[in-house]
Amino acid sequence: MLRTSLKALAIVGGLLGASPGAQAAGESVAPPNAGFSFNSTFGTFDRASAQRGFQVYQQVCASCHAAHLLSYRNLQALGLTEAQVAAIASQVQIQDGPNDEGQMFERPGRPSDRFRSPFPNQQAARAANNGAYPPDLSVIVKARPDGANYLYGLLTGYEDPPAGFAMGEGMNYNRYFPGHQIAMARPLNPDQVEFADNTPATVENMARDVTTFLAWAAEPELEERRAMGIKIIGFLVILAGLAYAVKRKVWANAH
Amino acid sequence: MASGLHNSDVPNPVLRWIDQRMPVITMMQKEYGSFPTPRNFNYFWNFGALAMVNLMIMIATGIFLAMHYTPHTSMAFDSVERIMRDVNFGWLMRYVHANGASMFFIVVYIHIWRGMYYGSYKAPRELLWMLGVVIFLLMMATAFMGYVLPWGQMSFWGATVITNLFSAFPLVGDWIVTLLWGGFSVDNPTLNRFFALHYLLPFVIVGVVFLHVVALHITGSNNPLGIEPKGPQDTLPFHPYYTAKDSFGLVIYFIVFAVLVFFAPNYLGHPDNYIPADPLVTPAHIVPEWYFLPFYAILRAVPDKLGGVLLMFGSILVWFVLPWLDRSPVRSMRFRPIARICFLLWTVSFAVLLWCGGKPAEEPYVTISRFATAYYFGYFLVILPLLSRIEKPLPLPESIARAVLGAGALPAGAAAKPMEKA
Repeated sequence: MLRTSLKALAIVGGLLGASPGAQAAGESVAPPNAGFSFNSTFGTFDRASAQRGFQVYQQVCASCHAAHLLSYRNLQALGLTEAQVAAIASQVQIQDGPNDEGQMFERPGRPSDRFRSPFPNQQAARAANNGAYPPDLSVIVKARPDGANYLYGLLTGYEDPPAGFAMGEGMNYNRYFPGHQIAMARPLNPDQVEFADNTPATVENMARDVTTFLAWAAEPELEERRAMGIKIIGFLVILAGLAYAVKRKVWANAH
Repeated sequence: MASGLHNSDVPNPVLRWIDQRMPVITMMQKEYGSFPTPRNFNYFWNFGALAMVNLMIMIATGIFLAMHYTPHTSMAFDSVERIMRDVNFGWLMRYVHANGASMFFIVVYIHIWRGMYYGSYKAPRELLWMLGVVIFLLMMATAFMGYVLPWGQMSFWGATVITNLFSAFPLVGDWIVTLLWGGFSVDNPTLNRFFALHYLLPFVIVGVVFLHVVALHITGSNNPLGIEPKGPQDTLPFHPYYTAKDSFGLVIYFIVFAVLVFFAPNYLGHPDNYIPADPLVTPAHIVPEWYFLPFYAILRAVPDKLGGVLLMFGSILVWFVLPWLDRSPVRSMRFRPIARICFLLWTVSFAVLLWCGGKPAEEPYVTISRFATAYYFGYFLVILPLLSRIEKPLPLPESIARAVLGAGALPAGAAAKPMEKA
């Protein structure tokens, strides 16, 4: 009974795009560890991978998924030059205004603009996607348990449903999506993009790269945070030694 | 010396001029310098000072966050992420604040546990203890409202579930809920008033902490032996002995805090709270923050809604009458062999409830929660009153100095107390 209702919930979640809580439903499969560099305690982002990942995001994901918390200028942190960023930004048309006549107008994007969203609002996104809402990807890696491994698992986890599995109308079977039925069709196919550095565009490579990019997008402060943490904890450990020595000296004749 | 001025002995003339007119320097010297403190504290006695520091960290980081936060349902989530991305060191402020809440509860839970184990709630410290319970309740309210502010899924649904609890009260329930919401569902007015109250309550906490400290400085501190100091040989001046000991504890606390903030900032949070609040999508499992889980488990252990709410509130309110439930004259559990075991089991029941609170409301967790809840209340309402009558405590040491320095030791107080004016 409970299991059925959880399953129903997971399916409803699937219809809604990505049910936030559905990961807790009984049908979820823990994704394997994909060995991302940034997932280790002192790890950093693989810049080349993240740059390729941005290309995958831009050419594949961005047609449905927004990432409205990011600005084009943020891409400089991935190693792109100011000119490259300006060129990327100028490829999109941004609505601005009102101008002096009170009219809204379109202009080429600037590095200071936020990533342009593919749809003006959630309703438009649902209408274009068979009722499912493609979630914003800005913090998606923070918004799922074991986010990076989950995302990699999801992107590489499309397979045929097991015999007898009742699929909903227009749904796709995914090994790692909670409830296994996801509205998003297989997004990555071999050689879908062409990488400038001649990395083979296999599904695994693209999934790994775009996951790295989205992990950076979710936690752009990660490297700075860890570097600062090492310094601060190192300082505190030395200070703890000194504080303990002072305490010992003060208490020497009081025990 | 003009009449009406305080008779100050501060050597510096400028400071003396101030101290004569407003003797804060004399007061600080009396309360934090020469203040006689039992000489036998263990490291559990660090946690009051740690809680004080934690409160100040929360207020300091909170004020900077409030400068950049927008309490509106359509902007709150994005404004928090803007703090993380675009505000200088905003990520640090936010992670310190978010993990600071967890650290605050860790510290305060240990502080409360210490008070229970060593009988710090007993006469003459009943009011000191009760003020502490008030602080804890204020902390819970503040933390709950703070968790709502990022307006993620758990913020929204946690707020919905917890505020709905008040509807269980007959007659006034719905009225209270409407008042909390500022309308007929959790919405923008709820977020606005929670933000206002989340900014207000910490300063109320500061006020009650002040009273807590005032009461502490009248009765003096309890100690691990639970016997009162009988003279100067049993105490040490607060400074430098306990300033030095607290400083070491503080650095260790900062290390734990830093590991969380810099290397696992989201470990104690829930991933769902990085999904913007959506009133149309209910998470499969709505769980509060970890520090509320024991009370959440008690709530869910009771099949009746009102009964669950009453037991949940009762599980903390019972602390108020703890000094009168436990009538044993012996404070420290060190000398109460039966009570000690019963209390350690109570600690286990609390941990079990914490664990069950994070699990779905299904078997076997519900049954386990019920047993743990029964023991939680049984300890306070049956075991302690009963043991007060029948338990035979171990013999208490003659004095703190005798216990610490050994039977043959001379009172080393004179040598160890350079700052004491005899």
